Amino acid sequence: MNWLTNFVRPKIRALYTRKDVPDNLWHKCPSCEAMIFHRDLEEHLHVCQHCGHHMRLDPPRRLAMLFDDGAYQTIELPKVLVDPLKFRDTKRYTDRLKEAQSKTGRADAIMVAHGSMGGLPVVVAAFDFGFMGGSMGMAVGEGLVAAAKLAVLQEAPLIVVPASGGARMQEGILSLMQMPRTVIAVEQVKEAGLPYVVILTDPTTGGVTASFAMLGDVHIAEPGAQIGFAGQRVIEGTVRETLPEGFQRSEYLFDHGMVDMVVHRKALRTTLVRILDLLRRPLPTAEIVRLPHRGEADGPVAAVPAAEGSETRAGAGAPER
Amino acid sequence: MQTFLEFEKPIAELEGKIEELRHLTDAGDLNIADEVGKLQAKVEKLLQTTYAKLTPAQKVQVARHPNRPHALNYISALVTDFTPLAGDRAFAEDGAIIGGLGRFRGRSVVVIGQEKGHDTETRVKHNFGMAKPEGYRKAQRLMDLAARFHLPVVTLVDTAGAYPGVGAEERGQAEAIARSIERCLRLPVPIVSVVIGEGGSGGAIAVAAADRVLMLEHAVYSVISPEGCASILWRDPQMAQDAAVALRMTAQDLKQLGVIDQIVSEPMGGAHRSPADTMTAVADRVQAALDDLRALDPAELKARRRQKFLDMGAHGLGA
Ligand SMILES: [Zn+2]
Repeated sequence: MNWLTNFVRPKIRALYTRKDVPDNLWHKCPSCEAMIFHRDLEEHLHVCQHCGHHMRLDPPRRLAMLFDDGAYQTIELPKVLVDPLKFRDTKRYTDRLKEAQSKTGRADAIMVAHGSMGGLPVVVAAFDFGFMGGSMGMAVGEGLVAAAKLAVLQEAPLIVVPASGGARMQEGILSLMQMPRTVIAVEQVKEAGLPYVVILTDPTTGGVTASFAMLGDVHIAEPGAQIGFAGQRVIEGTVRETLPEGFQRSEYLFDHGMVDMVVHRKALRTTLVRILDLLRRPLPTAEIVRLPHRGEADGPVAAVPAAEGSETRAGAGAPER
Repeated sequence: MQTFLEFEKPIAELEGKIEELRHLTDAGDLNIADEVGKLQAKVEKLLQTTYAKLTPAQKVQVARHPNRPHALNYISALVTDFTPLAGDRAFAEDGAIIGGLGRFRGRSVVVIGQEKGHDTETRVKHNFGMAKPEGYRKAQRLMDLAARFHLPVVTLVDTAGAYPGVGAEERGQAEAIARSIERCLRLPVPIVSVVIGEGGSGGAIAVAAADRVLMLEHAVYSVISPEGCASILWRDPQMAQDAAVALRMTAQDLKQLGVIDQIVSEPMGGAHRSPADTMTAVADRVQAALDDLRALDPAELKARRRQKFLDMGAHGLGA
């Protein structure tokens, strides 16, 4: 495939730069309706400082939040067949696509980037809910396949951040086929002995949840995110069951054993850095970092890289792995 | 009792007439026998023309026809020594997915079939063919068994979709489906799937990520039901017919898209008219597929299966 050659000399498409002039100075929290000043919003990673509601993030913000120094390189998404079914409902699918593209400035509902996290190379694929509800069609599926290949090529862990209503109906059966395709993608990462981590964000539902998103080595969920298979209206309408309190929310999934942890956005990066560090640097690293407790079997090993301090280690010239 | 679909009405009327005439033929009236013969020819012609150009929405009806052979019919007709195996070893048995060991044309196989039931009692028993996590986990367990004993897997797909309920969500419906797909793809033994009726979204692909996916001529397979699609995209469930067309859910479209490998022709007038012939036709194709795959070693089998899915979507409907 052509795009593979891009990996050797990845095009630097955009280093994230913070938007200096926001469109709106004030944002209303969708949960508590408090008005939040845009600078506060950015500072708090789009988490409402009044009620703790985690707002949806677009991929550039998400990626900037995760990578070391907010720096990353994106890869161009592989080209796929556009509108394979010539689908039309009340609108043409091609028109819906164009609309979403001009609204988001992206080709489709996913962004794939690589860079370092805690000094380790990682590949991150982040969904854009703003692009047709983050729905998974061929472009998204192909993006995930590409992300997995890149991870294997770079011997880097793969982190996927879904935010999706599920399959993209306008691509019919081909959107359904992205379920096995993405399962194969993450299987390739696992076979290469590389970590595959899923960060479940609001919302993660339908065919996305029922494929790659539930197959992570580690599942981290953001607080309050809706995560599930069937839509709530379907459950209420078709089966006529009443939904329990907190149904399909992160905390509910945690209680039912489906996610490893529910992590506040401000602790997300450090948690990831710690997990990847534990998985990818399994040997004592006392010779690299002068931390007294490191390497002692009964010492609080897990607690050591818990803070942003772990970057210092990378900065101090830690080897690649 | 025979059930006629809306568009089969002219056929039903003719057949009603034939029935009436037959009651009169006790006297051995030659003219009447003649008339019956003529009407019968008419019925056949009508069946042929009707079924040759079924609309997608009509195919949906045929695929859901209550008299269409269901998974259990296939199993009892084609599998000897069938030994059902039950339960997911974690929570429950799920009647929506029938599974077990049996002998198909001489060889031991693991069969996994989605069963809708055919009357109120059996529909309830099989939860209308809509599996819960335990059903998919049972399927995973059976696939593991197949792998351990080098037995090929045959799956029969016929479901409106995975069950959308609170309990199912609570017990990880999404995870169960994801793992089931993963298990299919990991199998070191051949897996052949047949969409015998309705291939309903994630609930179907969970057991259909196969080396060969066969599909009956009038079966349907889709990411969402036309009714569901209509109410979401058109915001009007009455638009299901349009949705059925737009979704391209027929065997013919899916073959062209490279999503299925083979179409199995149905007898004239659909599978529900001649269940036995339908099942034999399916069995022949399944056997051929298994024969074909037998020569491949596990690594090759898996690699080809993966590649098949990775290649999907490279071309649309006609160039
Ligand atoms: Zn708030």
